Amino acid sequence: MSEKKENKSDITRRKLLAGLAAGTAALALPLRDANASKWEEYFRQHFKRLSKEDLKQILADMSRDLSKEYDKDAKVEATPAMDGVIFAYALDVSRCIGCRKCVHACAKENNLSRNPEVHWIIDLKFKKNVRWLNFEEGERYYNPQLVPEKGHFYLPIQCQQCEKSPCEKVCPVGATWKEPDGIVVVDYNWCIGCRYCMAACPYGARHFNWGKPKIPKDELNPDMHYLGNRPQPKGAVGKCTWCIQRTRKGRYTACVEACPVGSRKFGNVMDSKSEIRYILENMRVFTLKEELGTHPKFFYYFSLGSTIKDLSHD
Amino acid sequence: MIDAIIKLLKTMFGGSTPYKIWLAFLLLVTAVGAYFVYIQIDEGLIATNMRDQVSWGWYIANFTFLVGVAAAAVVLVIPAYIYKYKPIKDIVLIGEIMAVSAVTMCLLFVVLDMGAPEKFWHLIPFIGYFNFPQSILAWDVLVLNVYLALNLFLVFYAIWKMYKQEEYNHKLMWPFILFSIPAAISIHTVTAFIYAGLGARPFWNAAILAPRFIASAFCSGPAFMLIIFQIIRKRTTFEISDKALLKISEIITFAMAFNLFLLGSEIFKEVYSDSQHIAALHYLYTGLHGHDRLVPWIWSAMAFNLTAFGILIIPSLRKNFTTLNIACVLIFAGVYIEKGIGLVFPGFIPSTMGDIYEYFPNTLEIMISLGIWAFGLLIFTILTKIALAVKSGELRCSCTETKSR
Repeated sequence: MSEKKENKSDITRRKLLAGLAAGTAALALPLRDANASKWEEYFRQHFKRLSKEDLKQILADMSRDLSKEYDKDAKVEATPAMDGVIFAYALDVSRCIGCRKCVHACAKENNLSRNPEVHWIIDLKFKKNVRWLNFEEGERYYNPQLVPEKGHFYLPIQCQQCEKSPCEKVCPVGATWKEPDGIVVVDYNWCIGCRYCMAACPYGARHFNWGKPKIPKDELNPDMHYLGNRPQPKGAVGKCTWCIQRTRKGRYTACVEACPVGSRKFGNVMDSKSEIRYILENMRVFTLKEELGTHPKFFYYFSLGSTIKDLSHD
Repeated sequence: MIDAIIKLLKTMFGGSTPYKIWLAFLLLVTAVGAYFVYIQIDEGLIATNMRDQVSWGWYIANFTFLVGVAAAAVVLVIPAYIYKYKPIKDIVLIGEIMAVSAVTMCLLFVVLDMGAPEKFWHLIPFIGYFNFPQSILAWDVLVLNVYLALNLFLVFYAIWKMYKQEEYNHKLMWPFILFSIPAAISIHTVTAFIYAGLGARPFWNAAILAPRFIASAFCSGPAFMLIIFQIIRKRTTFEISDKALLKISEIITFAMAFNLFLLGSEIFKEVYSDSQHIAALHYLYTGLHGHDRLVPWIWSAMAFNLTAFGILIIPSLRKNFTTLNIACVLIFAGVYIEKGIGLVFPGFIPSTMGDIYEYFPNTLEIMISLGIWAFGLLIFTILTKIALAVKSGELRCSCTETKSR
């Protein structure tokens, strides 16, 4: 079915639904803040089924509402994937010092809830020369004041943007999918919050908005993407999108920019002259939980010392 | 017409004092549950103890257990309709009513576990975006609703025909009855596949899971029925023969033997191969790195199931209703703990990234669950009351052109 055809039939579908479901929905919706835009939001179709005009209208409305709410000039866009671009990420484990600057830069850039605190990157501390990457041996709640600690290495983990992503497969409403540039995104408005994707993700990369996300007014990042860093609704699942709002405009992700030791590398694997391509071709890279066949596009490697033995001598 | 409705309402809500107290009690618990549902919807799921590390908890545990109870109706349907075993045919209707109530509870548990339950319409095929056949959850939504519809039809058709004092139309019923058998197996198989299909969770990612689900369901569901049948027999004029009850107890015995065998096979495989994947099993049975919250629960469940099995395999104890009832209560509790706490929680502990978050439901989760259970029992009680009234002739169509039997 062509895109256009699908969109056309959806408009009639939406009208039909609006008529049919208005009665039932009245019971489910909190009536005290029911107004026209709430109803539009409630009956809004899946992102991939929105017509160009509808999407334009939604983005304009959303930008206006967020500007008002946060008292600044906010803009929500839906920049599509660039032709001939497939993103990949590589992280130099031997350089990472576990400072968690990436974790906080990510939260700020992506308008993640400060209270309750939501992070899209976790960082694990491992003892060198103990059991190699047995995640059970990793320590998540280490003291950031002490890094880097002797005899330890650090492994930051975020969405691995799997080629064969289990989260996409299990979602009962198709609210999460892989874009042409390889980024796995979520339509936060379409997500029903069943959290099956969280059970299916082998990397703990999907994070739920258990409560209503709160972002201080002056801390909102006003440059937003519909499938990326816009403030998410309560009860929806969110995840790292490799800063889709930045990278689709040729910028680096916030975590790449924040890393003080340059351990984070990002780029277009289709570009044979890119840094990421050089790393993939020349370094001994590995992926996490390879045996699960998820084919992550997030690679890890060691630029300093490539054997466990090397690592154990500080 | 109005007379008939008044009569129906009188049957539903009227009756002996214990019956009225029972109804009032169920309504009260449902109302308390509803109050906590309001709090949860207002605050979000943060009001529960679930977090990113353990993203499914008590609700999904109850859901999983109740799918088993619902599927167990088939334990009556097969002997009643396929083998035309008369003693069970008399009571199969109650089994179908139990299926209706249990599936309703399942659906409530799933809906209340959703972060955005009001967006349920996204799941409706064509209007929403039903990710079928990729998502096993989509399969589950489908089979559960089909199973509910089937049983609703069978229950209401049977009650209606008895009310009109007409004969069943066997040609009409037969395809529905036949279809309800694979449908019952399918709801529990698909529910097992929700877990078994996840490579990320070694504790669930086992081929044995679906057979284990079916085996344990054929223990817990019939155990529940056995007790309910005895209560009905005692409290009403409805006759249920010992033969029917003993047949059910035999089925439970076989199912429990199979259930314990499968459990043993699973434990052997994990313990002997002793790979990294054993962490969750360690957490459940022995505790992991000093975290052992579930250990007393799972060993109690194990003791319950083994004791019950001991009672069931000795014919003199199985045929004695006192010991049989003890076995039934033990099995119900044992499987509830095993399928609920013992299956869902350790799938997340340790988490995929090695975190240990010792989840246990909080007051709100327990109150909401109790509310759903009370609501389910309310449906079961009222439907059973109507069915028995119709069957005994207390509630009959007063139309003059009644056909004589």
